[in-house]
Amino acid sequence: MSAVRTLVDLLAGRADAATLAPRDWDGVISVARAEAMLATLAHHLRDTGLPPAVAALFADQRAAARVAQAQALWEVEMARRALAPQGIEFVLLKGAAYAAAGLSCSEGRQIGDLDILVQALDVRRAENALLNAGWEWVKSDPYDDFYYREHMHELPPLIHSVRDRMIDVHHTILPLTHRKTPDALALVGDAVATVDGYAVLCPEDMAVHCAAHMIADGDLQGGLRNLWDFHCLTRDFASADPGYWGKLDGRAAMHGLRGAAHRSARLARDIYGAVLPPGWDRHDPADLWFRRRLLARDDWGRQTDFLLQQAFYIRSHWMRMPPLMLAKHLWTKWRKGHNPASRGTSSS
Amino acid sequence: MRHSARIQVGPVRFRIGSDWRAPIAAIEALYVDYPRDDARPADATVHLFAARPWRRWLRPSVHIGGDFVVPDALPLPLAMGLLAAEMGMNLQVALGWRRHLLLHASAVARDGRAVILSGESGSGKSTLAALLGEGDWRLMGDEFTLIDPASGDALAFPRAVSLKNEAIAEMTARVDAARLGPLLAGTPKGDIRHLVPRADAIAAMHVPARPALILFPRFGGEAAIEPMGEGEAFVRLTEASTNYTALGEAGFAALARLVRGTPAFGISYPDSATGMALVERLWGETAR
Repeated sequence: MSAVRTLVDLLAGRADAATLAPRDWDGVISVARAEAMLATLAHHLRDTGLPPAVAALFADQRAAARVAQAQALWEVEMARRALAPQGIEFVLLKGAAYAAAGLSCSEGRQIGDLDILVQALDVRRAENALLNAGWEWVKSDPYDDFYYREHMHELPPLIHSVRDRMIDVHHTILPLTHRKTPDALALVGDAVATVDGYAVLCPEDMAVHCAAHMIADGDLQGGLRNLWDFHCLTRDFASADPGYWGKLDGRAAMHGLRGAAHRSARLARDIYGAVLPPGWDRHDPADLWFRRRLLARDDWGRQTDFLLQQAFYIRSHWMRMPPLMLAKHLWTKWRKGHNPASRGTSSS
Repeated sequence: MRHSARIQVGPVRFRIGSDWRAPIAAIEALYVDYPRDDARPADATVHLFAARPWRRWLRPSVHIGGDFVVPDALPLPLAMGLLAAEMGMNLQVALGWRRHLLLHASAVARDGRAVILSGESGSGKSTLAALLGEGDWRLMGDEFTLIDPASGDALAFPRAVSLKNEAIAEMTARVDAARLGPLLAGTPKGDIRHLVPRADAIAAMHVPARPALILFPRFGGEAAIEPMGEGEAFVRLTEASTNYTALGEAGFAALARLVRGTPAFGISYPDSATGMALVERLWGETAR
């Protein structure tokens, strides 16, 4: 069996870590690293019978993730100290939110840039407050800057001059040019507070955002990790609130993201063995391509299936902007000598 | 990948995959006498690959990848595949290793106590350590020294020493030719030739040593010794560490303990013989 299959089987509880041979671990460790899930796996398998070398490596990963999370949460506090005096309220998104709220998917989860959501009318003031508090523009070219400001759901990234950490200030969760327009006012208005007093999206919106980020926005880079987030979030919220799936369905429909939420739930069932609520099962032939894209890694952790990757890359842009605008954007990028295949999921 | 090798250096087990046979054969030849534990999975993975399929044969150039990559790293010609493997291994340790505080430093040990030599490339730290390792010192490593946060001990990373430029002639005159790798002429880092550490140093690669002396060598100029305060040694070693920040409080505690318990000196020396004599002198006078 391929290493990526073994990885998801271990996470889903379909495979027993004790039965893996050393050569199997080689591949699983490489693939988990490539998916930024090694520390997640280390948490998931912490009390199982592991070979001593794997147990030692996993202990390293858990310790490193603890430090990285403490640093990420410190960055959250730094943002609060910059924005609170100006009366700007912000909602934490993604990794920082999961960690601040102590959710199970945050165990071992890598947290990249700090993502925050503010009301659209506060964006300019938030930008100024951050610039005054030591953040600065990441050097970028005028077209990228224009593009972000005109069409994106976030400001161009800011980096702190001393701590060297990035912050992305969002005013909604999908690009403004995207075919779907989530209700940004509701996202902020219905946010809930953590025990430490930080705001995070309400449980339904948190899963909707996770699904939107994975299915409706990006090209499924890092998709296994995002899908794991979605799986853990919905499983835990549903076990605390029997009505959760129904509320999620309604909330996703309100944001225009019902399809993304349902597809995420089906993929979580297919890949991580999640329990699908009644009425959510549906046969969609395209799920096959999503599954293939999610599992497109060889035993050395390298991306495979180049054409499928490209297809998802083009799809992500197709959803993000109308055709004429896409053509103009790609033409500008091409003339500037950017290589679209090497760019991430940002404005390219 | 088509070809692969597994080797272990100190606490790190590597898996190296390659589109070509040659770099794997070169790595296996160099590391043939290192202890093996094939039941142990790899901690770190290196890929040596052709960016386009035809570049495996047509002007073959080796790209360096792995668990951790440096964007825009330049590829090397296939003749320098061994150097590509070495760079890939260093990169994985520098960016991925979290068990110990990682110092970009060479080290030698005697009687279970270690001298750590930290300096930028060109400071002569590798050559000094290699030369001392041919005498009555045990070579712990020419590139990385690992500090165990729990015990404060130094751990060895005795990879094949990367001899550069003038150091090649200096060492080849002293050692058995069987311990030398092929000459890699005209690499981006100049001429390079690898030296396999002595068998006793390889056999002892898992044996920790207590830090006894920290030296910051500087090649060139009059022979001089300059005592260094704990604060300066601390700051210099944070700069010499690739994972100090990532380790957080554990890294701070390990480094603070190291500089508080270990005398530190800057040394300048005009030639290797003087450098070695300075190390011996400081060892005799101050190492504790």
